[in-house]
Amino acid sequence: MYNTNYHRASSVEDAVSKMGSSDDAKFVSGGQTLIPTMKQRLAAPSDLIDLRHVDSMKGITVDGNQITIGAGVTHAEVHSSKELGAACPSIAALAGHIGDPHVRNMGTIGGSIANNDPAADYPAAMIALNATIITNKREIAADGFFTGMFETALGEDEIITAVSFITPVKAAYSKFPNPASRYAMAGVFVAQTGEGVRVGVTGAGADGVHRHTEMEAALTANWTPEAIANCNVDANELLSDLHGDNNYRANLVKVMAKRAVEMAG
Amino acid sequence: MTSISMVVNGRSVGGEVEDRTLLVEFIRENLRLTGTHVGCDTSQCGACVVHVDGKAVKACTTLAAQANGCEVTTIEGIAGDELHPMQQAFKDNHGLQCGFCTPGMIMAATDMVNRLGKDLDEKTIRAELEGNICRCTGYHNIVKSIQDGASKM
Repeated sequence: MYNTNYHRASSVEDAVSKMGSSDDAKFVSGGQTLIPTMKQRLAAPSDLIDLRHVDSMKGITVDGNQITIGAGVTHAEVHSSKELGAACPSIAALAGHIGDPHVRNMGTIGGSIANNDPAADYPAAMIALNATIITNKREIAADGFFTGMFETALGEDEIITAVSFITPVKAAYSKFPNPASRYAMAGVFVAQTGEGVRVGVTGAGADGVHRHTEMEAALTANWTPEAIANCNVDANELLSDLHGDNNYRANLVKVMAKRAVEMAG
Repeated sequence: MTSISMVVNGRSVGGEVEDRTLLVEFIRENLRLTGTHVGCDTSQCGACVVHVDGKAVKACTTLAAQANGCEVTTIEGIAGDELHPMQQAFKDNHGLQCGFCTPGMIMAATDMVNRLGKDLDEKTIRAELEGNICRCTGYHNIVKSIQDGASKM
């Protein structure tokens, strides 16, 4: 790792001001992606601004049917939250399959979403739940937030402070994890929301996380795994890499979607 | 350079470190507590697992500066006059061969008990060992050791 300067932010304002006075800084939360990336010298930020001690970014709130998860909430906290287990078990279950127990104790939902790894789990949930990404500057609908592989709508000094969504009627996430890394080779989050059925696909898209509108229409008409059978998953829009080619992934997307619908019940 | 201080195994320690210093480097090189191992150095094998404020983390993927002000427990800090029940269980059940992964396995195991209780079934233990790799045992006796150790904690 190249050298860097570590700063601990006490508040969102403090973090923004530290970002403003740095050369080429990055925000870090759990660091479970950023630190390995820095160790490989694929990233070399001049400064790291640690957000883990910003109290306003912590905590999970379930207020009626409105769920808000602070950006600094760890995967372990999402997984073990009793409130989420009751109000939205699908996202609690999703969090329990990210990385491993030790990674889940450090990694945060905000960090995962801001990084927008094309194989990360949370972005599929955000899209399918029609979540709102709340930053220190604005609120962004998930559909407009994820703009491509490792790309988001976030500005340089913009920090995700929380995510918010309405409790889905039914929802579930199914992923086919890479046997070594446990990142999704294909992961599908299906949700029946107040605004209709939404299907978020991660791990497979050549441009990262995306919706599958044809499946959404099929499931709106008939919420059963069989309804997906005739949907077309276009392999030309999917990733090919050493773990599996695009045709393989196209099949996986369909299988994961079917499993998710079955799990959602 | 950053000045850090933390409580490691009940003892207040500190030092001046480069900001890029990993927690595992601080533990091994500054504190000379070499029970915490570096296996893969890429967040996968779990030989470096320690507890920070009571939670298991991978010390090769945590900066020492991130743990500034925290309480850290390493494998050296869990035994009293006798071995910790989890250490004893690994000994009794032949839960190690070369022993390289064992400190991380034991720290992961005690974290598992802290979170999930003493009554752990085989399936749970195997799933929870996702982040710890052993290249000798085939895991069978590690699972037995954890089940035994958990029941005695």
